[in-house]
Amino acid sequence: MQDDTFQVAGVTLSSRLFIGTSAYPNYSVMMEAVQASGAEVVTASIRRMDLAGKGESLLDLLGGTYRFLPNTAGCATVRDAVLTAELAREAIGTDWIKLELIGDRETLYPDVVQLIEAAEILVGKGFTVLPYCTDDPVVCRRLADVGCAAVMPLGSPIGSGMGIANPLAIEKICLQAEVPVVLDAGIGTASDAALAMELGCSAVLLNTAVARATDPVRMALAMKHAVQGGRDARLAGRIPKLDRAEPSSPQLGLVGS
Amino acid sequence: MPNTPARTAVNPLRVAIIGAGIMGMSIAWRVAQAGAAVALFDRHRAGSGATHAAAGMLAAGLEGEPGEEDLHPLCDASQRLWPDFARELAAESGLELGYRDEGTLSVALSRDDATRLRHDLARLTALGCDLAWADSRELRRREPYLNPAVVGGLISPRDHQVDNRMVARALIEVLGRRGVPVHQDVPVALATAGGRAVGVRTGDRLHEADVVVLAAGAWSAEVDGVPPLARPPVRPCKGQMMALGMDPAAPLLNHVVWGPGIYLVPRRDGRLILGATVEEKGFDATLTAGGMLSLLHAAWRALPGIEELPVLESWVGFRPRARDDAPLLGPTAALDGLIHASGHHRNGILLTPATADLVARCILDGTMPELGRRYSPDRFARPAAKEAS
Repeated sequence: MQDDTFQVAGVTLSSRLFIGTSAYPNYSVMMEAVQASGAEVVTASIRRMDLAGKGESLLDLLGGTYRFLPNTAGCATVRDAVLTAELAREAIGTDWIKLELIGDRETLYPDVVQLIEAAEILVGKGFTVLPYCTDDPVVCRRLADVGCAAVMPLGSPIGSGMGIANPLAIEKICLQAEVPVVLDAGIGTASDAALAMELGCSAVLLNTAVARATDPVRMALAMKHAVQGGRDARLAGRIPKLDRAEPSSPQLGLVGS
Repeated sequence: MPNTPARTAVNPLRVAIIGAGIMGMSIAWRVAQAGAAVALFDRHRAGSGATHAAAGMLAAGLEGEPGEEDLHPLCDASQRLWPDFARELAAESGLELGYRDEGTLSVALSRDDATRLRHDLARLTALGCDLAWADSRELRRREPYLNPAVVGGLISPRDHQVDNRMVARALIEVLGRRGVPVHQDVPVALATAGGRAVGVRTGDRLHEADVVVLAAGAWSAEVDGVPPLARPPVRPCKGQMMALGMDPAAPLLNHVVWGPGIYLVPRRDGRLILGATVEEKGFDATLTAGGMLSLLHAAWRALPGIEELPVLESWVGFRPRARDDAPLLGPTAALDGLIHASGHHRNGILLTPATADLVARCILDGTMPELGRRYSPDRFARPAAKEAS
């Protein structure tokens, strides 16, 4: 089989799993889990990073090995998000930004009105913008229209582990998308990640499902396999769902008939 | 291993300890009891760092996180040592320590919280923690001022508390009585010669020692004179906290209570400690609106009656945090004569008695007891030197 890579803003990636770096019991477990996941892209909240660390900061520990996707977690306004993205670019030296604009603290749903505005501004400033958004095909199209490098619709609320609440919407988004679709948020276990890939997503971004698992390193490995399995199933082409049984062995030509 | 010269009453083992926090002072107390000539060195006042900032929870039962099972035996051992440690220190100093043994309640305020706590209960019970599920009525019987919306929670009877500031005062007192010099508010540097630690330098003055202990908490990686490879991989982890004032005659709370995003620690004098944020912000000592808001909001959800209480104090502390959240104890192959005692992260007060005993044995006998060996400061692979970008 040939290499099954994909591209975000001209960067070729072979792992279809993006992994977050927060909420792990500690940095040792986090580093081992990130390694086990096979991910090339790691996300981190720019506001929760010690940018002046001396050897033991997140950047020191992961910076040389992984591509950082800083996020704007904690931002509630366009201005906040733009300033945070600029801080990230200066501190980490990457144009990539996971744009998060939370509209509500209870559900952590994105504020899509502000999101599209902020995305447009950041694209104009030369950022590679990957917005965390609702599972709404129209919103995803608008985000692609203003120049986002990918769209990242939620499966279900952040940290809930409820999986993909609306598979039809995710499938629809993937069908029409002109940029990679990265399912972000809500993944609870391996089958959720596999489903995302079967629905046609280019990649999956997850954090809590691994970080808060009883054995984060093993769950990271499970997610790696699940994403690969779901992707292969998507490429292989599933059989249609039928109402009735269809025997897998021939019914005619049996001995004695 | 440090070479341990023969000790006699005339020629005792000389020990220098960098950092007069609860770790350094407890180790000093133990080795002084064994007859060593020990001195402490601190660039600020004794007990003014994390020792002053901590909440004093002795929570071996509730603190364990997945992947940190290796830390549990040390936490458990130290928790068992605390009652005797407290009695001995109180007797020798003649001072109160504020030790309270009501235990800790971890309360759920929603169905999701309860699901998380039940998940924790199964995992922590498997580790051997002594925890029990309690329904809302039982929790409110114990703590009548809890939010009536409490849906259930965990009772951890062995997770006691101590007033860490009183412990620091008692340690300063016993060290004074034993004539242990505590050099405070002085510039402190490790002195090395011929590839080993030979003492501590305070400005122009060299204080020679056979063994030097590095117990400078979150600042351990920044102490002058420590060769790069011997620097402990410890980073500061910022925590914002505050104290409210309860009526000591009719306190709102008697147990230590953990709620979603908060712990509340009631002292006998009426102080109610609220903590703590966990922030990777280096040595940024700023109190923020967001930090105070999150503490007050979460505390108010668990215990609505705090609305009426006066705010007594708010402060920032720095936990000394290693990559695996476990302490760094014992000698390092990188420098003879140096012994580490830092990296205790959230568990410094809890781990004090065990750390003092283990590190004192390590200093006096030249070998680390079995229990302490897995916390060797040499257990981490060193990261590649930071690439220029």
